[in-house]
Amino acid sequence: MKPAPFRYHAPKSIEEAVKTLGEVASEDGRVLAGGQSLVPIMAFRLARPAHLVDINGVEALRRLAVEDDRLCIGACVRHAVFHKPVVDGPLGNLLSTVVRHIGHYPIRTRGTFCGSIAHADPASEWCLLATALGAEMVAQSTRGTRTIPARDFFRGIMTTALDEDELLTQVRLPLLPADARFGFYEFSRRAGDFALGMALVTFLVHDGNVSDPRIAVGGIEAQPRRIAQAEQAIAGRAPDRAAFAAAAEAVTKAVDPLEDAITSAEYRRDLAGTVTRRALERAMA
Amino acid sequence: MTEKCEITLTINGCAHTIRVDPRRTLVDAIRDDCGQTGTHIGCEHGVCGACTVLLDGEPVRSCLMFAVQAEDRQIRTVEGLANGDELHPLQQAFIDHHGLQCGFCTPGFLMLAAGVLERDPNISDDDLLDLLASNLCRCTGYQNIIKAVRAAATQMGAR
Repeated sequence: MKPAPFRYHAPKSIEEAVKTLGEVASEDGRVLAGGQSLVPIMAFRLARPAHLVDINGVEALRRLAVEDDRLCIGACVRHAVFHKPVVDGPLGNLLSTVVRHIGHYPIRTRGTFCGSIAHADPASEWCLLATALGAEMVAQSTRGTRTIPARDFFRGIMTTALDEDELLTQVRLPLLPADARFGFYEFSRRAGDFALGMALVTFLVHDGNVSDPRIAVGGIEAQPRRIAQAEQAIAGRAPDRAAFAAAAEAVTKAVDPLEDAITSAEYRRDLAGTVTRRALERAMA
Repeated sequence: MTEKCEITLTINGCAHTIRVDPRRTLVDAIRDDCGQTGTHIGCEHGVCGACTVLLDGEPVRSCLMFAVQAEDRQIRTVEGLANGDELHPLQQAFIDHHGLQCGFCTPGFLMLAAGVLERDPNISDDDLLDLLASNLCRCTGYQNIIKAVRAAATQMGAR
């Protein structure tokens, strides 16, 4: 189908974008960035926004820079940028590992990092990454600017802490320590398809034992989540098969999985454990 | 502006000044307003890749963009591949390796591959497979499409 009619706005600055969004938000105005989720939803007429505020012409939102040990990703930075590491060290490598799982290449040339975060699909790789690393989301409106930590940002399936008149102007990812290890594992039925389940882990190995573990799963529950029980199960232990199995077991016990017509909650529970174990194994590979 | 906008699309180097609704997708504008019907429309929601064109050299789904967003950008479609009567190496390879069956998906595959191979003809087999997984061929002629693109890549890399 064709998208329903809308009024089109093409601001040239963040201030103009925020002002326009403030004016049209209450009339079902939406932000258009890469459009790789919004436009299909409009084509299905599941969304019929009366206004689109196209931010692609706002140069300041294309910024990608390291500031205060954080990688700041502007709202118009596209997925494809991350194919090659954008920063030295583990974070750049982690981003380039994860990006290959997002849709297909022609989707990644248009879709944006921040768009995925604002869309908050449970199967979004970037939402999982933001949760695992403890990202900060910067939201701007005519009322001001605020920073929302990842743990408070994702509120459910395609639901976030953003108010309707707020523009997600950037996401800040903390750089990983130079000796940090990471592992990512995603299971989907076809290449480029939505994840049925995925896990992202980071940790350090000091004196032969795991420290500062972060273990998060995505695609399993309504929103990505760090699993504290799994992190406790592995902290201070040698990174071996027994520790990984204990962490995986803790994940299967802790999650409250989504269920749909073809995937039962039990299946997703098992899958959560499996993707966690495999992500941990990749971190040590 | 739900009213029509006047925009100029640059397709294969030719400027087309057209009046379109903001909701007009780029692929509809390319075909219906600019008359360049080599680009095909399949699913209209970004899954099949039949409408793939190059936007400033990068492959994009033209059903997932609005025409108004493509002003001041260089659009390249399948009509822009051949150099006069000389086919692009990808077009010749699709003929030589029987990469076309019904031909519906072909323009999308050609543009997908052209966008990547013209920059990186030395793409690995694994990366090439991953790239070609972007588009669908309902005749399921994938093996010959892979062979054709591999052969074209070798030829383009040798130039």
